[in-house]
Amino acid sequence: MSTPPVVDGHGEPVDDNLPERDDLYANPGLHEHLWRPTDVDPKAEKRAERQVATLFTLSAICTVLFVVFYFTVESTDTIAGLGAQNVALGLTLAGALLFIGIGIIQWARKLMADQEIVELRHPAASSEEDRATTIAALNQGIEESGIGRRPLVRNSLLGAVGLVGVTAIVPLWDLGPTNKKVTENPPFPGSGLEHTIWSKGMRVVRDVVGTPIKPEDLQIGDLVNAEPEGLFKSPDNGEPLEGVALQVGKSKGAVVLVKMEPDEIIPGKGRENWSVDGILCYSKICTHVGCPISLYERTTHHLLCPCHQSTFDLADSAKVVFGPAARPLPQLALAVDSEGYLVAQDDFDEPVGPSFWERG
Amino acid sequence: MRLLNRSAGRLSRHRRGPLAGVAVLLLALLTVGGLYTAFSPATADESSASADQVAQGRELFLVSCAFCHGQNGEGVRTIGGDQLGPSLVGVGAAAVDFQVGTGRMPMVQPGAQVPRKPESFSDDEIAALAAYVASLGPGPAVPDEGDYSLDGLSDEERQAAIVRGGQIFLTNCTACHNFEGSGGAMPRGGYAPKIRGVEPRYIYEALLTGPQNMPNFSNGNLSPDEKRDVIAYLGSLEEMPDYGGFSLGGLGPVTEGMVAWLVGIGMCVGAAIWIAAHTTRTNKKKVDA
Repeated sequence: MSTPPVVDGHGEPVDDNLPERDDLYANPGLHEHLWRPTDVDPKAEKRAERQVATLFTLSAICTVLFVVFYFTVESTDTIAGLGAQNVALGLTLAGALLFIGIGIIQWARKLMADQEIVELRHPAASSEEDRATTIAALNQGIEESGIGRRPLVRNSLLGAVGLVGVTAIVPLWDLGPTNKKVTENPPFPGSGLEHTIWSKGMRVVRDVVGTPIKPEDLQIGDLVNAEPEGLFKSPDNGEPLEGVALQVGKSKGAVVLVKMEPDEIIPGKGRENWSVDGILCYSKICTHVGCPISLYERTTHHLLCPCHQSTFDLADSAKVVFGPAARPLPQLALAVDSEGYLVAQDDFDEPVGPSFWERG
Repeated sequence: MRLLNRSAGRLSRHRRGPLAGVAVLLLALLTVGGLYTAFSPATADESSASADQVAQGRELFLVSCAFCHGQNGEGVRTIGGDQLGPSLVGVGAAAVDFQVGTGRMPMVQPGAQVPRKPESFSDDEIAALAAYVASLGPGPAVPDEGDYSLDGLSDEERQAAIVRGGQIFLTNCTACHNFEGSGGAMPRGGYAPKIRGVEPRYIYEALLTGPQNMPNFSNGNLSPDEKRDVIAYLGSLEEMPDYGGFSLGGLGPVTEGMVAWLVGIGMCVGAAIWIAAHTTRTNKKKVDA
């Protein structure tokens, strides 16, 4: 029984190199091509043309509306509880882009040429001949340059090219002064990784309002987000800090005060006199990557970092009880000044915040 | 003088009569009551609880609260040393008004979180319970409306209060309750509840008393004015339009990312499927022109 010749949908004979497997099953070829209504009906074609043009016109209208809204809608206007400007500009811009997109797709689906094409697969590699020629040219180049025979030239070239990388690394020096330089000659109060703005006798004040705190103000279970008074009254001139100086002071000086039953506190070694009436003070900067923490649970005395869930037990020298932090929160030793306000005994006795290279 | 003596004598003859005690008591009560009415301030202090109220509160307490908090509010520890219910000595009327007024107490069952639910007691009963617990030891009283209301401030002062309240909120409250007050997760299955739309009185009381695991913000920590400002800020959030579009619960990047992935990319995939799905075909043959 003879089989018909293998042809594609358009009657062209298919690649002759296909293995002869006609004995298994015949290639059915492509099904008969069905035309779209727009291909066979001029009325449908006209309709589709108008449809696509309408979509493009809608897009143009949206663009015009966008411009109109841009100048007429005030940024404070609202519509249905949303910002009217955002809604108006967003919807018109979306319409302008969307209608162009839908128009182009409808154009392609209904009006552009409708052909079914068969593409046969070929190997992607170059021909054997091309490959041989290229390799021969490469080998000839290596031979003529003599790079294999002259190791002195080759090695000095490699060294020179490698050394050029230094020009990209050395300018990194200017990224900032080294920690040592900053510590020796601090540009702002409390600059440097080892120190903060806290100093002996500096009052602990409430954040935002800057008022000093007396121990008897607080009750068991209180949490105070506090700052060094130096932010509100500079140690240099008594003015509030501003700009970079404020950021430097605040980024490392922020603390939390908590008050708990004095007999619940397990004082750390050498920290027996660091609390006042059950009030403890710790750095607010997480020792993991430096997020400010103040999620405090009064019954467990746990302070929790919202970034990576490091948990510190404030009753027990802020030891890490959970999470990725490697060090306890530094504790600020508290005392009371002659007017009865809480003050720091001194700066923190260790660097606050995450670990760094020189700290080891 | 003689007349007086005679009438005193006549009265004196009745002093051992069966009704004499009652008459003297009545006279004494009338005198004290009259004097009190005459000399007490015109606006009676509502927070000073009457003995009746305390007694009624104790009855309610014994029925509904004593199982966990002890018959005298002293707290109950389990044999294992866990705290079943904490001592209520010194928590004050404000704590009762918050816990019972928001339906958190009485608890349905012990657990990681005490959820808000419809309250079980009428206002009078809550007041009685609060009066009883307040009688156990000094503690914060239920705040007056004047403590958290912005009435009487000029527009400028109001704006300043809202701005300061916002700063205090972002410093002290946002860590647990989210920057919009939408609440957030806490360890061991607990959560910081949503505080949007909560009555100002309950916010004030929560700050004063530190319910459950929340720390206190007593008046020595955040002054009454600062508390009022925080409440004003939360109120202002209600009127704040969502300039940036739908807030999606104000929960931050998680919900926003979820909507972007599911709705946004879902719509793109749907559109792509629609484009490729089918094109209308006809059985008519093309007529060569």
